[in-house]
Amino acid sequence: MKNSDAAENEGLLVRRIKNGTVIDHIDGGEALNVVKILGITGTTHEALSIATNVPSRNMGCKDIVKLTNRELSKEEVDRIALISPRATINIIRNYKVCEKKGVEIPKIIEGLVKCPNPGCISNTNEPIRSKFEVLPKGLHCHYCDWVITRDLTSHII
Amino acid sequence: MSFESAMARLGGTSLSVGSIEACSIAKGETLADTVRVVSGYADAIVIRHPKEGAARLAAEFATVPVINAGDGAGQHPSQTLLDLYTIRQSMAIDKIDVALIGDLRYGRTAHSLASALSLYNARLHTLSPKGLELPVTLAAELCDKGMDIVEHDNINEIIRDVDVLYVTRIQRERFPDSASYFNVASNYRITPELLCGARSHLIILHPLPRIDEIDPRVDELPYARYFEQSRNGVPVRMAMLMEVMQ
Repeated sequence: MKNSDAAENEGLLVRRIKNGTVIDHIDGGEALNVVKILGITGTTHEALSIATNVPSRNMGCKDIVKLTNRELSKEEVDRIALISPRATINIIRNYKVCEKKGVEIPKIIEGLVKCPNPGCISNTNEPIRSKFEVLPKGLHCHYCDWVITRDLTSHII
Repeated sequence: MSFESAMARLGGTSLSVGSIEACSIAKGETLADTVRVVSGYADAIVIRHPKEGAARLAAEFATVPVINAGDGAGQHPSQTLLDLYTIRQSMAIDKIDVALIGDLRYGRTAHSLASALSLYNARLHTLSPKGLELPVTLAAELCDKGMDIVEHDNINEIIRDVDVLYVTRIQRERFPDSASYFNVASNYRITPELLCGARSHLIILHPLPRIDEIDPRVDELPYARYFEQSRNGVPVRMAMLMEVMQ
């Protein structure tokens, strides 16, 4: 088989998209959590490709998420940094990478994580979104001071 | 009641929401709406609420100053100010040894006092029933601030080594039955006999109400300062109200 054929076959695994966003270098096994964080559900109409545990020279294995016809904003993708700080974002237009950027851990996370403290006011019917400050030791609840130090993904709303 | 007394002594009046059953909250009104409405009626809001973070939420929606008078098992900062004032009347606060005894998990007065004492290089001694220890996140935060925390499992270990004994109520509802409550609570009871050998300048504080934690005979001893502490609540709260409304 020619090298070009091999490349083409590999391409089938994570097919190129014409327009949209490619999130690359996601830590292996975290792709589904990335999709959850981005709020992409089964009702999404756009084509969504997920590749998990793809061999990577630098990372050993990585995950890739491709979302067609939607360009994710910086605020949206920065949330990914919480679980996959090495992820890179590629904005694709007409098959070309028009923008390439890394993710930055935001200082404040709103409406993404549910406070695990059942007594927290954010877990009531008040007209507020959960709000956490991102600290080196974990996520600090703006309302009740609870700190989430591990298993962050299980608290994602 | 102490805030109402403080407001009256300042020459103002206070409007009490009263019991939850009697107000709009019982009809399902959110706290956010309540404080927006009350902001139109008053110059400041003093809030005590069963949920942690309620005062912070209230402050986001109110257009007048909000004072946290206790939020669930969270914080009770106004109590802490009068606690510090009462300690300061007897001794300099820097580097003192303070024992926190009782329900330290749900006891919001203990949480706020511990945080405040971390600013004074005080050493904290803790004694609480199993499962009612200081919250892990708070203990970690205090350690990060350089506070020395010593955990004890016997009340006799503490008495001779501390300058302030801060006793909090162990709530009966934290235990499966009355027998287990009385069994545990009896191990945390302060009696005159227990105080033999205490430092001469020791003071005993309690945010009140007390149930069985302190033997009434202790009231007559020079160590007992909890009623004085309670009285201090009025001038300290007067100062707070003045500060936020000026």
